[in-house]
Amino acid sequence: MTGQRGDTAPPTDDKRWRLVNATMRRYGYQPRALIETLNTVQESFGYLDETALRYVAACLRVPLSKTYGVATFYHFFSLKPQGRHSCVVCLGTACYIKGGANVLEALSEAFAVPPGHTTPDGALSLLTARCIGSCGLAPAGVIDNVVTPRLTAAAVIDQLRKAIHDGA
Amino acid sequence: MELEELNRIAADERAAQEQYRHRLLVCQAAGCLSAGSDKVRDALEDDIKKAGKHRLCLVKGVGCMGLCGSGPLVLLEPDNVLYQGVAAADAPEIVEHLDKQPVRHLRCPTDTPFFRRQVKIVLENSGRIDPERIEDYIAAGGYRALLKVLTELMPIGVINELTRSGLRGRGGAGYPTGLKLSTVAKAPGSPKYVVCNGDEGDPGAFMDRSVMEGDPHRILEGMAIAAYAVGAAHGYIYVRAEYPLAVERLNKAIRQAQKLGCLGPQILGTTFSFNVEVRLGAGAFVCGEETALIASIEGQRGQPRPRPPYPAMKGLWGCPTLINNVETFANIPAILRNGSEWFASIGTARSKGTKVFALSGKVKNIGLIEVPMGITLEEIIFGIGGGIPDGGRFKAVQTGGPSGGCIPEEHLDTRVDYESLRELGSIMGSGGMIVMDDESSMVEVARYFMEFCMTESCGKCVPCRVGTVQLYDLLTRFSQRSATRLDLERLESLCEMVRATSLCGLGQSAPNPVLSTLRYFRQEYLERMTDYDPRRAEEEAADGHDV
Repeated sequence: MTGQRGDTAPPTDDKRWRLVNATMRRYGYQPRALIETLNTVQESFGYLDETALRYVAACLRVPLSKTYGVATFYHFFSLKPQGRHSCVVCLGTACYIKGGANVLEALSEAFAVPPGHTTPDGALSLLTARCIGSCGLAPAGVIDNVVTPRLTAAAVIDQLRKAIHDGA
Repeated sequence: MELEELNRIAADERAAQEQYRHRLLVCQAAGCLSAGSDKVRDALEDDIKKAGKHRLCLVKGVGCMGLCGSGPLVLLEPDNVLYQGVAAADAPEIVEHLDKQPVRHLRCPTDTPFFRRQVKIVLENSGRIDPERIEDYIAAGGYRALLKVLTELMPIGVINELTRSGLRGRGGAGYPTGLKLSTVAKAPGSPKYVVCNGDEGDPGAFMDRSVMEGDPHRILEGMAIAAYAVGAAHGYIYVRAEYPLAVERLNKAIRQAQKLGCLGPQILGTTFSFNVEVRLGAGAFVCGEETALIASIEGQRGQPRPRPPYPAMKGLWGCPTLINNVETFANIPAILRNGSEWFASIGTARSKGTKVFALSGKVKNIGLIEVPMGITLEEIIFGIGGGIPDGGRFKAVQTGGPSGGCIPEEHLDTRVDYESLRELGSIMGSGGMIVMDDESSMVEVARYFMEFCMTESCGKCVPCRVGTVQLYDLLTRFSQRSATRLDLERLESLCEMVRATSLCGLGQSAPNPVLSTLRYFRQEYLERMTDYDPRRAEEEAADGHDV
């Protein structure tokens, strides 16, 4: 029976689907593997698009509505592609007390993008986090997947401008 | 595997480490890593090789050493010299001074209250052992408690020992652990499950993360002992996806333990079998609530359900489930190894043992601390924490995250235990402790936490879904100084309603930050009302009326 579930063909011949299939196979294509599988999709593709949601739903035999429900319930999942660069500003209590919100505001103004969004040219995603657990280094953030301690608005703006300029 | 074999692994490991005259322990926990401790480690290894001292000095990556605000930290053993704020460029100097006086400008004094006043049980190995090597954990006495339990005690004996120790749940609510184990053990139905709650969602809390990253085998051993006591064969550790390092180290630890027979079928040569799997959370604060966490492991949206039935009777897939916090499980091996009397001798009459706190905010020594229950808040903040930096003045300390409250200066002499913090309108919580100075506005702090609860509300029950939004709007009015007396009345009655009628802990405790700041910093609210008249308030206060 589990063999049949694995028969749904991947939407494209992108090799990353193999990683997704490996996760589903590890859990025997059981519906309970939904969150693990979506985590793998997000890790491999960077976000969850409709094709991916339909494919995972079909493989695990979970209604598409429920799959969508789970994908939108958890903050970690993103339904939109992220920018080429990302900056996550931590808004945990320690970072808040030490001025994380001011850094965020300055970044939002400098790059003309509201928190939680990506610039129209797809260069930068400005995101927030509840707490990244680096409270000893407050205010902290994650710039292009590197945890960065003691943020100051000026330094981060500089660093991001340089990264965007060099990358583009 | 038997005791002799565990002892042999431990002896081999100790001998292997002691053949080095010096050992440099480099913190590889999240805090120090983000300050660049991985580069420090590489630089030290390179420079030791260059200096031809690689037979004399071992470089070892370890878990959190505690003083996270001063990282990267490096400890030189056996001399017990701690270096702080080390950069890769400092490596040659440290290597050169191995046989000489320590490098003075990097040295961090270790005879300060920060180190002396702590009592370590949960964190005893953290910052001492390499979290990626099971041999190092065994050399530090690891898996002995599990072996002792499996070969010398009946399940009921384990439960009795934990009951006598007085251990209570470290997730925040403080339910007696022994009682919970005994409920699951007696619950009809099988299979039974053991779940470790590592969904540390409180902003400002990083205790569980440090234990998972610094001493993962301790959690596995604690879970295995608990599984033996309740009769479970399978366990899950639910970890936030935001903690990739913890996930990686736990998975590695599980593989190593399985290979040595400390997990898996027929553990340590006995008939007991137990396996553990890591499950990823995906960023939902409400999943720290036990019924929501269980729904999430089942692959569903993490929404809580009414209790009873409690997970102890009907939990994961409807089966009896023991669910405990990371720190609770991490206490279990030490209790079984050293005995319940030893554990019960630490702490207060009703709160035993120690508690790990993540001390942060406006305080000099920022980091991870473990203190005996019953220590005063003042000793923590001004003794261990070193007081307020930059000449600031202490205003309040926030415990318990979005479910807790702010405690003012006049209650700093309170002893830390479950009951006394609750009396003050806060809670023990999982252990975040954030110090605020007079720059922080308490209304803004309350609004910050309400915004958190509003966004994190799962939307299942109306009081929490709608109530938190209304409370947030009211607090915004105070923040903008456009509130009236009527708003204050509304705020207070709505807090009471949300507290009394919400489905789960998230909603029930969401008003706590508002209620506690109203209780201790009422003046800050009053000053933000358009119709506040200080003279009239004084007269009314003189007449014995509330404003």
